[in-house]
Amino acid sequence: MIDRTDRGQEGGGRLPAAFLTPGSSSFIDFLGAHAGHLLPGRRALPAGMIPEVPHATTIVALTFAGGVLMAGDRRATMGNLIAHREMEKVYPADEYSCVGIAGTAGVAVEMVRLIQVELEHYEKIEGALLSLDGKANRLSTMIRNNLGMAMQGLAVVPLFAGYDLARSIGRIFSYDITGGRYEELEFTSVGSGSLFARGSLKKRWRPDLDAAGAVRVAVEALFDAADDDSATGGPDEQRGIYPVVATVTDVGYQRIPDDELATVVATLRQEGRPR
Amino acid sequence: MTMPPYYASPEQIMKDRADYARRNIARGRPVVALAYDGGIAFVAENPSRSLHKISEIYDRIAFAAVGKYNEFENLRVAGVRYADLRGYSYDRADVTARGLANAYAQTLGTVFTTEAKPLEVELVVAEVGTQPDRDQIYRLTYDGSVADEGPFVAMGGQADQITAGLQEGWRAGMSLAEALSLAVTQLARDPAGGAPRAIGPAQLEVAVLDRLRPRRAFRRLAGQLLERLLTPDDPTTDVPHTDDPRPGLHDTLTEHEPADGPPATGDESA
Repeated sequence: MIDRTDRGQEGGGRLPAAFLTPGSSSFIDFLGAHAGHLLPGRRALPAGMIPEVPHATTIVALTFAGGVLMAGDRRATMGNLIAHREMEKVYPADEYSCVGIAGTAGVAVEMVRLIQVELEHYEKIEGALLSLDGKANRLSTMIRNNLGMAMQGLAVVPLFAGYDLARSIGRIFSYDITGGRYEELEFTSVGSGSLFARGSLKKRWRPDLDAAGAVRVAVEALFDAADDDSATGGPDEQRGIYPVVATVTDVGYQRIPDDELATVVATLRQEGRPR
Repeated sequence: MTMPPYYASPEQIMKDRADYARRNIARGRPVVALAYDGGIAFVAENPSRSLHKISEIYDRIAFAAVGKYNEFENLRVAGVRYADLRGYSYDRADVTARGLANAYAQTLGTVFTTEAKPLEVELVVAEVGTQPDRDQIYRLTYDGSVADEGPFVAMGGQADQITAGLQEGWRAGMSLAEALSLAVTQLARDPAGGAPRAIGPAQLEVAVLDRLRPRRAFRRLAGQLLERLLTPDDPTTDVPHTDDPRPGLHDTLTEHEPADGPPATGDESA
């Protein structure tokens, strides 16, 4: 396959026609037309078994008064091995949205980079922000394009959440591997530990939670998931590894600092959780 | 030796194309880019709020243009695509103004020599560095020539006179307010030597590449902030390094810095 990235321009360095074609504000559409090999879903997989690759595990998301919170543990597993202890699985997609990833780590991280560039690209070309539904639909398209790889075992199932500027509320979207998009009204969880996290959220989530309360509920849900799912990592005070917890509100994406999480974890331990 | 009646020498063809482009570019209102102590400022006389002459390309790179709108808008989009593709396939740090200026130069040059009509545009590609001496300002003309300009550049109508004025008035370490007032004074000058025109904030398109911002350095300036920066005896001399608190797209700064005045309390009655 020819890598057109470096050569960049045909005909003596001139920007190729695809760069100068008017019409599309989408970076993904531009890549599809000009450098399709850079899109995760366009790659033909070689025949044969795919060896064991790192998998990202549990993500939780919940709404609270004035926004939405997303949290993910830090473990990536490869079969029975712990591949990484400090992986980050919750990322800002743009100023007012975030994406959390579960599934094949390599493809998932690539998808996160792509959605980040996609949203910023639109913003620069159009001079406007995409609506939250528009952003969620872009992610849907990306997952749908990855279906071939998902069927070979390289599936990615993200969670998407953001602050809807038009409606002034936090909203959560979950997906399936065919790109199906489902809005979640209260809370949700994906990944190997999601069963346990969801049970925890079901008991702890309340409609009147504030941001601090939401952080507590999310950390406890991940705690519960780590307690029963070997692929989910619990908070590791000794190494100073805490989950990635972020809120998205009308002031944008904000990551909760580790020292705040340490306090929450210490309180939970004092209360004898998890049990 | 007889020539076909429609023969024109290559010199004549090139000269005609250059004259054509130059004439049409000089008809447009000028744009000025100039360095100040905290970054690079761009000033254009442009009453439109939506058809921009100055835009963001990438984290530290901005674009300014004069000439035919549809042609430079097309080049702007191409620049954003070039930068985003490069940043996506390598790293954000590998996108440079020099690379983009080269790509534009090749494109403008090829169109100038091979197509029937040259692009009637002139561009500035600027990148703000970590230090003032790392700032880069490139000027590209319709025929694909690139010039690594010094700390200031003017394009469009009366560009030569404005450049001469900037040469006289610009000095290293100017504050943003000083740089903007110098630029506006030059834009307002009457080429015939008469009294300068009055140009208010509403007729100006102003933007900065702010060195102190962590990633995306480009912000437009408008509203109260721009008014204050253009008022000579106002204490506001620089842009705030945080965005306006209102939720939404944060590409424009409108509120003045509370640091050098009474803090902004949100009291709009003042």
